[in-house]
Amino acid sequence: MSDEHVRTPADRLLDRGVAAIVEGVASGACSALAMVECTLNRMVSRDVGRDGLNAVLYVDQEGAHTEASLFDARDAARADAPLAGVPILVKDNIATHRLATSCGSRILEGYVSPYEATAVGLLRAAGAIVVGKTNMDEFAMGSSTENSAYGPTKHPLDRTRVPGGSSGGSAAAVAAGVTPVALGSETGGSVRQPAAFCGVVGIKPTYGRVSRFGLVAYASSLDHIGVFGARVDDAARVLAVIGQADAHDATSVHFPPVDDARAGQEEPHPRGTQPLKGIVIGRPEEYFPASLDPRIRALCDASLERLREQGAEIRTVRMPNTESAIPVYYIIAPAEASSNLARYDGVRFGQRRPGAGVQGMYEATRAAGFGPEVTRRILLGTYVLSAGYYDAYYRRAQAVRRLIARDFTDVFASGVHALFTPTTPTTAFRLGAVSDPYEMYLSDIFTVTANLAGVPAMSQPIGRIEGLPVGGQLIASHGDEATMLRIARALEFSLGVEAHR
Amino acid sequence: MNAAHDSARRRDAATPYELVVGLEVHCQLATETKIFCRCRTSFGEAPNVNTCPVCLGLPGALPVLNANAVRLATRAALALGCTVHETSVFARKNYFYPDLPKGYQISQFDRPLATGGAIDVGAESGTEPRRIGITRVHMEEDAGKSVHDRFADWTAVDLNRAGTPLVEIVSEPDMRSAQEAGAYLRQLKQILEYTAVSDANMEEGSLRVDVNISVRAVGATALGTKTEIKNLNTFSGVERAIEIEYARQCAQLDAGGAVVQQTMLWDGAREQIRPARSKEGSHDYRYFPDPDLPPLELASAFVEAQRAALPELPRGRRSRFVAAYGVTWPEAEQLTASAELADYFEAVVAESGHAKRATNWVLGVVLAALNTTGRTIADAPIGSGRVAALIRLEADGLVSNTAARQVFAWLCERDEDPRVVAEREGLIKVTDDTALVQWIDDVLAEQPAEAARFLAGEVKLQGVFVGHVMRKSKGAADPRRVNQILASRIS
Amino acid sequence: MSISESDVRHVASLSRVGLDSARLPLVVAELNGILGHMDALQRVDVSSNANEDATRPMMLADDVVGAVQLMRSREDMAPAMRDGFFVVPRLATHAAPEGNPAARAVDAEAP
Ligand SMILES: [Mg+2]
Ligand SMILES: [Zn+2]
Repeated sequence: MSDEHVRTPADRLLDRGVAAIVEGVASGACSALAMVECTLNRMVSRDVGRDGLNAVLYVDQEGAHTEASLFDARDAARADAPLAGVPILVKDNIATHRLATSCGSRILEGYVSPYEATAVGLLRAAGAIVVGKTNMDEFAMGSSTENSAYGPTKHPLDRTRVPGGSSGGSAAAVAAGVTPVALGSETGGSVRQPAAFCGVVGIKPTYGRVSRFGLVAYASSLDHIGVFGARVDDAARVLAVIGQADAHDATSVHFPPVDDARAGQEEPHPRGTQPLKGIVIGRPEEYFPASLDPRIRALCDASLERLREQGAEIRTVRMPNTESAIPVYYIIAPAEASSNLARYDGVRFGQRRPGAGVQGMYEATRAAGFGPEVTRRILLGTYVLSAGYYDAYYRRAQAVRRLIARDFTDVFASGVHALFTPTTPTTAFRLGAVSDPYEMYLSDIFTVTANLAGVPAMSQPIGRIEGLPVGGQLIASHGDEATMLRIARALEFSLGVEAHR
Repeated sequence: MNAAHDSARRRDAATPYELVVGLEVHCQLATETKIFCRCRTSFGEAPNVNTCPVCLGLPGALPVLNANAVRLATRAALALGCTVHETSVFARKNYFYPDLPKGYQISQFDRPLATGGAIDVGAESGTEPRRIGITRVHMEEDAGKSVHDRFADWTAVDLNRAGTPLVEIVSEPDMRSAQEAGAYLRQLKQILEYTAVSDANMEEGSLRVDVNISVRAVGATALGTKTEIKNLNTFSGVERAIEIEYARQCAQLDAGGAVVQQTMLWDGAREQIRPARSKEGSHDYRYFPDPDLPPLELASAFVEAQRAALPELPRGRRSRFVAAYGVTWPEAEQLTASAELADYFEAVVAESGHAKRATNWVLGVVLAALNTTGRTIADAPIGSGRVAALIRLEADGLVSNTAARQVFAWLCERDEDPRVVAEREGLIKVTDDTALVQWIDDVLAEQPAEAARFLAGEVKLQGVFVGHVMRKSKGAADPRRVNQILASRIS
Repeated sequence: MSISESDVRHVASLSRVGLDSARLPLVVAELNGILGHMDALQRVDVSSNANEDATRPMMLADDVVGAVQLMRSREDMAPAMRDGFFVVPRLATHAAPEGNPAARAVDAEAP
């Protein structure tokens, strides 16, 4: 990160996060336009563009200026806009007009969606300004952002390393301080894993809380829009805005509010008080295997100790079907993907390559348009759904998925309010270090269960190993983001700067 | 092809093969909007205007099921005597085709909306009808339209129809002749129209038929290898195609060959069946539950409310007409051809109090008028009340049948009270002796020679004079009374 | 279970990915490597949860016209359009214009 010689008021607000920006813009102390300017300047100074970290693929300078100016002109709107003047980045698989939505893929190169995702519409209505789109693994298939057709994103703390993925661009941009918040998406951990790698907060809400309308589908039963924030409160405020039931998504559900109404306003608890009294936090054995890096184990246990100090009861629990999660995921996700990606056929939108007849056109278009990991998953998914294999693979995976979901139902029914686990088995690895597909899949070993069960989960920084961030994961029961965020806020406050040391 | 025609004709009851037919009917539901998006379902628009992110299959778009499509499909299933399931599941049927925007069709597969119904066809009252089983009724979306003859080297794709709500109605292989298949289809169409589930308009493609057809030795119980004929959009086409394919399969077996399972296409213009050309030997649609659509759960209260809201169905109505109005079964079939006609008839009966006359009037006069003007009963030129009033005039002896038909023709031009018309046109029967005597005296005076012979006792001339009186009175004279007066003049 | 070259060829053709035959052996090996891990699922006892239906509620829509509007034209996003139609190379099954133009396009691949 380069030094900034001139620190404007907007710079200071940007560093202090969403609540400060909203207050500053609502009070008229700073304009939305100044916030946008500040973000655009940081994109340059912190080198997140295509030639640098390659975290941000597309920037809508003109549109952001226009929207910010229009917002500034509407005095009445400013006062109660929950995200007044907050600059935000959006993952490249979430539909936005003006900006391209290319999903990190050649096949959607230059594609600009003629409609906008529900979540993006809610952000705009709340006063947020969408400034750009972030890099990602092609069609969200990957855990390192190395599978982007537009080149890999680099880790902001060490450019020889990956930021994680698939939402690596959003995680890296927030970590680089370009925006306090960004939208990402998750199918198996694609928000939490890069959040852990980059040392920011990443939330995957309950399945159904945030509309998927406009989120380009990878695996529909597992896909979620998620949120990155520099701190818990930043991410929680964005989630509160986009977490609305939507008539355009049949799987969308109306849940209780994401955050404890008091949480944002309440003064942090002084040390020694017990804000988590009555809360039971489970420590699932299966997420702390013997093979786990002892330094990650130690950081997790230190966090659990902090939670205990604040009044929480820590209980060892069992989640016996955890080990099946990766095989289940890598049957169901590719199966759904093979069907979801059939629409990229060069007929109505996107790129087309000529070939012999229509079949030749399909094959040429898809061969040129899809990268190797996407092709691999399409083939795998087609195979597990095909005649003669459906029962052995897909049907069985669905049955085991229900067992995994039941592990969560059972543990939450036993009086546990949330689980605490490591987010990832390792810290950020080097670019190109993981070449075996299955080894890469194992990056999601601790996160994929929450996608399979649909429960809310998040990662937050809990310390560093050799300068690289480590994430701790909280998982709560369906619709209970409020408890999850309450614990996360307490832990964040308790760890203080330790979380980043 | 001519050979096939001839052999179809030659085959008679002596054929050693039994024909086995099952039908799959795709029927468009009468909704305003598509099944998974809120685009219009209107027909005949410019290409691709009725499309949106959902039915174009754009990245990120999601389906949301149309509640009215569920209601109409449930209604259809109940009218066909099916069990509607509490839970049914939408699945994806995956295949590539340019007019299939998402690369899959959303349909119901192993858990359809409804199963196990039947349609009774082809019997008069009192005799046993043939019962054709209905295997299942499920909901699905239609594909778009590919146009192959518009551009020289291109196939043109219009997606206005993509996402149109359909029910697919699958019969058991219970039909044994082309005529029976035709009767089943006509009965099915009528039920769909009665229940307002569909316009069932063949020209606009809202009813399309696929035929599964096989033959087996008479007396055999196992089914033979079937072929499927697609692309049928007229009932007569279905019947012709079955006859031709039956003859082809029989000839194949007679020649010592075997029927090959395959898909055939019907070319209606040439009355020809040809095998569909397929690039791939096997189909593997990779059905799986659509993760964008949770299972459809229908409360029993909803299903029962739909059942209670069903109108009287055509077959029940026919039986009631026979019993209540003393009409014959064929007359009942005609009178119940549409719910509107049956309603019209019943209104005429109720308002006139004369079932027999109402039958004759509706079948003989009203339908004839509709036929010549090309109208349907829904826009009949004369309301049921007017026809009933006319029937009452006739029944009360105030107008003759001939005069009543004249009044009817008049009313076709302008809506008026039939009695007012009859009076103005002088068509009310005149029974007043003064007027009748005057007419009789006039006609006797006009033909003095015949009059003399008649008065002298040549009784056979009486009819001639009655005719003259009727003509002179323009049909208004009461012929009965004219006869009496004439008879009294004979010396 | 393991996947053979002909299986991969079959699924590649079903999914129209235009797999280069030179890459086939590599892809077969990769897929077998992945599928090998899936075999663990065969050993999981799933007898306790036969076929429960998910109890997620499904939202239905009223039958009222009001589709999501397109903010860009179809021509803007389509690779090829003519006279309002999307166009693709003529289907092999319809090599020459023939037959009844009103007839629905059907070949063996259509349902
Ligand atoms: Mg069908
Ligand atoms: Zn639409």
